[in-house]
Amino acid sequence: MFNETVISEINEIRGKYPDRRSALLPSLYIAQREFGWLSHEAMTCVAKTLNLPEADVRGTASFYSMFKNAPVGRHVIQICTNVSCMILGAEKLVDIVGAKYGVTSGGTSEDGRFSLVIMECIGACGTAPAMLVDTDFYENLTETNILEILDKYK
Amino acid sequence: MENFLLRNIDNPKSADISEYEKAGGYKNMEKALSMDADNILGEVKTAGLRGRGGAGFPTGMKWTFAKADPKFPKYLMCNADEGEPGTFKDRPILEKNPHLLIEGMVISGYVLGAEYGHIYLRGEYPEAKDILNAAIKQAYDKKYLGDNIMGKGFKFELSVHQGAGAYICGEETALIESIEGKKGQPRNKPPFPVNVGAWGMPTIVNNVETLSNLPYIMEIGGEAYAKIGSAECPGPKLFSVSGFVQNPGVYELPMGTTLRDIIFKHAGGMRDGKKLKAVIPGGISTPVLPETGIDCAMDFVAMPKAGSMLGSGAVIVMDESVCMVKVTYRALKFFEHESCGKCVPCREGTDWLRKILGRIEGGDGRQGDVELLSDVAAMIAGKTFCPLGDGAAGVVAGMIKYFKSEFDEHINDGKCKFSA
Repeated sequence: MFNETVISEINEIRGKYPDRRSALLPSLYIAQREFGWLSHEAMTCVAKTLNLPEADVRGTASFYSMFKNAPVGRHVIQICTNVSCMILGAEKLVDIVGAKYGVTSGGTSEDGRFSLVIMECIGACGTAPAMLVDTDFYENLTETNILEILDKYK
Repeated sequence: MENFLLRNIDNPKSADISEYEKAGGYKNMEKALSMDADNILGEVKTAGLRGRGGAGFPTGMKWTFAKADPKFPKYLMCNADEGEPGTFKDRPILEKNPHLLIEGMVISGYVLGAEYGHIYLRGEYPEAKDILNAAIKQAYDKKYLGDNIMGKGFKFELSVHQGAGAYICGEETALIESIEGKKGQPRNKPPFPVNVGAWGMPTIVNNVETLSNLPYIMEIGGEAYAKIGSAECPGPKLFSVSGFVQNPGVYELPMGTTLRDIIFKHAGGMRDGKKLKAVIPGGISTPVLPETGIDCAMDFVAMPKAGSMLGSGAVIVMDESVCMVKVTYRALKFFEHESCGKCVPCREGTDWLRKILGRIEGGDGRQGDVELLSDVAAMIAGKTFCPLGDGAAGVVAGMIKYFKSEFDEHINDGKCKFSA
């Protein structure tokens, strides 16, 4: 179960909405932060804290691509390959990162350092190609600077 | 035209409340709170403000419906789920001018009699979340939010609700489902959200840019505002320009600026002296236009006549190196991934389109595939629960209309000549 601090954090969020289910998405984010991904246990904790059916919690979580249904690496690389990024070479960047760190789209490198996610648009089309590493934005990527950036994430 | 929505964003501290106030910020809110709410609504109607999220619905009319509903409380939702590929226009407001949005929301809440506001922010904008939360805290500390704002007896509570990576949540009823903690699947209409929205109550969903226009309307008045840009849908408009232009970025220009001017006058023209091939004018849900079709005025009235849509004003510029089949294929991968699965034409149709496009691009296209694409697209258009399916169908139809020869070439040659 969540510790007291997390439970009070969730209770505070509940206060912002007229019903408890509306606190579900924020609570799933908290569970993901605490457990690293949304394991069965993590979702059970959310269901118990919000007093919601577990099926509702799991059904909702599975709809959203930012909730992880499997463990992820220490850092998550999210490269946009939608049209604006694609026409400026994003797919090549995916190949370069994949080859360098031995990671495929949707997978995690063997050493657990990186997970790679192919993203839909991340709203950085004017500075394409772009990626998010964890919560850090990187824009105007090139075949060389992308590896220099990733090197900083150990 | 002087910038309003992007005013001061070059100031590195523009997101701070004291800088915003120094530039005249929150004065328009103070003015509004001293006025009669119905008079402000009158100004919004005179201004002719139309929703900037893509549909272009008259804001004053939407507000009138919500106000007329006797149920309370009413909720004001800011749609900051900016997910339409090619669009990044709300990001500078959210990250660099958050107090403009807050001020716009308080004014709107006052007009509507809504005491609770939520900003539904896409999950992919983690920086904006921190900036907005800091700005909201500053506004509470200054009594610009909370009980009895500026001593005028109006209460408005505001918070940020983070989405989790579902494009469909930009559709207003899906957004409401999502904020209620459910899967983001659109609701049947009617009833419309202005009557039965979040938690069963009247709910007004407006785009970031729409709400950010409110302080400007207060500042210059509805009549002066109505003189900016296109007569039928006036005001300043943010355009996100990306792709093969010299200076990609967000431009604040009068509504109705031509696509040609946006690309060649404001964004510096084509990069590396290349030739313009095609433009997606309003985000990837809008039909493509060829090089010969860019002399159209970018507004909600003129663009449908030109064979496309204004959408979110996201201009994606492509040169001759770009394969249109590949762009269509990528767009359909997106629509298939983002289809919520609720209705069959969209869920199955986007999957079919993506598969057919994939084989054409991969060199395995069959004779008759172009006709099949048109057929499937026609089966989706107008038959889906929400506009996502229409968008997917329109993209395919538009590409075939202008670039059919490129599809034929892929099929006849058994390869894509653009992929080296």
